[in-house]
Amino acid sequence: MHLGVEEPIRECQYNQICTHNSSPMDTPHIKKKKNKRKWQVFPGRNRFYCNGRIMMAKQTGVFYLTMVLILVTSGLFFAFDCPFLASNLTPAIPAIGGVLFVFVMGMLLRASFSDPGVLPRATPEEAADIERQIDANNGPSGPGYRPPPRTREVLINGQTVKLKYCFTCKIFRPPRASHCSLCDNCVDRFDHHCPWVGNCVGRRNYRFFYLFILSLSFLTIFIFAFVITHVILRSNRTGFLSALKDSPASVLEVVVCFFSVWSIVGLSGFHTYLISSNQTTNEDIKGSWSSKRGKGNYNPYSYGNFITNCCAALCGPLPPSLIDRRGFIQPDTPQPATQTNGTSACPPNQVQSHMAATNPLLHSQPVILGGGPPLQAKTSLGGPCSTMGPPQPSLPSSIPGLSCGGELMALRDSEIHCHHHLHHQHFISPEETPSPPAPLPCATHLGHHVHPTQLFDPVSQDSLHEDSVRGLVKLSSV
Amino acid sequence: MAETHSLQDLRQAAVASKVFVQRDYTSGTICKFQTKFPAELESRIDKVQFEETIQTLNNLYAEAEKLGGRSYLEGCLACLTAYTIFLCMETHYEKVLKKIAKFIQEQNEKIYAPLGLLLTDPIERGLRVVEITIFEDRSIGSR
Repeated sequence: MHLGVEEPIRECQYNQICTHNSSPMDTPHIKKKKNKRKWQVFPGRNRFYCNGRIMMAKQTGVFYLTMVLILVTSGLFFAFDCPFLASNLTPAIPAIGGVLFVFVMGMLLRASFSDPGVLPRATPEEAADIERQIDANNGPSGPGYRPPPRTREVLINGQTVKLKYCFTCKIFRPPRASHCSLCDNCVDRFDHHCPWVGNCVGRRNYRFFYLFILSLSFLTIFIFAFVITHVILRSNRTGFLSALKDSPASVLEVVVCFFSVWSIVGLSGFHTYLISSNQTTNEDIKGSWSSKRGKGNYNPYSYGNFITNCCAALCGPLPPSLIDRRGFIQPDTPQPATQTNGTSACPPNQVQSHMAATNPLLHSQPVILGGGPPLQAKTSLGGPCSTMGPPQPSLPSSIPGLSCGGELMALRDSEIHCHHHLHHQHFISPEETPSPPAPLPCATHLGHHVHPTQLFDPVSQDSLHEDSVRGLVKLSSV
Repeated sequence: MAETHSLQDLRQAAVASKVFVQRDYTSGTICKFQTKFPAELESRIDKVQFEETIQTLNNLYAEAEKLGGRSYLEGCLACLTAYTIFLCMETHYEKVLKKIAKFIQEQNEKIYAPLGLLLTDPIERGLRVVEITIFEDRSIGSR
């Protein structure tokens, strides 16, 4: 009896040691005294694999779907269509298909597994220093005094850009950086969070993402064209129905390719436009540099001509990761202050913040869909990001007249939030400005914004915002 | 050696305060630090010397991020090899970061440590700030 009571306790302790001190690939009994690596105490909501070499978002289900779709469709193509095509047309077809397939998978894995450009959080001393500076600028506040929003203005190439303060990371975000609420990190040159790729798309993996969707467009069109060719050639010999009977997989491939070609090609076109004008998806949706905002509004980051913009985005220098995932924690290194949620359970592959408290509202809050004080919704922007997704064409948001079904709320500093059930699965994370909502009817152009006065305490707004966002994500995700 | 001796002294010295030199975004998103001389360092170091250090750092980062024939070539080559080439060789950026690390160490040994200051490599702070630790005067050996 005594033993029976002790056993479960011993088991719990064993599990705790296992998750705290070992990485996914290490066995527990060896590494008890080993120093932790930095990824094990990373405060964001990311998952790490291969001892910190691979970094992904927390929700990876859709990524596996992407992989399965690409692998299955390509596999069927190589198994059923290629033998016929190779013998009757040319063996170059499977060869080119193979190269395309390998390139697509390579770029997908690279986009999914790399660090998108996460900005590490401020050390406690830095945070204190910034707070001091902010207080010095704003003056003392009495009770009931609303603290003004924490922003800094910078003049970049003649354009005034507002730098916002991130309450989670305790830094003033560099220009073009944004905080992803799904991953709970600030990401440099944040484009969007792509569930299909299972990661944020930012400065360090944008080119991989773009090459992925571009090559996937080619692969999809390639497979589609040659499967049709195959069926036609067979039909010429044996008749249409028996051709389909001989090669049943072709039907599936055609269906998958047909529905995905629109979205993927559209998305590639959209991102080609973004690259050539050196904008991020985030900026395009908000209309940050649109001429509709004002006469003198232009993009200060553009190099002027689209060739330089393309080269800079695709062939420019690739900055190294700033978060040093595999480094060891030095005992005297200042650790960034964490205030984010993190689940208290630690499955071996998943390291959440051990230090942060669990946010009780996290998974249980119903979504605030309409009415009430909607905080910040998620922007769902067009077009499935990669493969064979829902049959919706991906429309560049800069096309005027794009209408959003559902409720559209525009917030301060042009945060646009739109509930869609139809459209795309990209989640543009709203930035963490402490601004309360003023719900507006859906505008046809996603560029409107209002400036409501500020009512909420920024820090609680922050956690409330996270919860509502997560709730919304839960509802609108696949 | 006098330099290492003073660096070791620093490690046992008490930290009086830290000064943070923030990023300068007026030229866009490139990595550049403000050359404004912080008031807390006035009694410790020469303004010109400090500005020179920061300016050299800025030049090194500009070199790392420079868009030109070399970086394009590296980018295209990497793309053609499906980025496997970086398993064997370092990117240009990483090479320059090593240069920067060496530069900061030199500056610390020669100039800053004898004055009771310590520069922290910005890469350890996510390229957000240049952190300058000010140590208390009394722990440093005789001048």
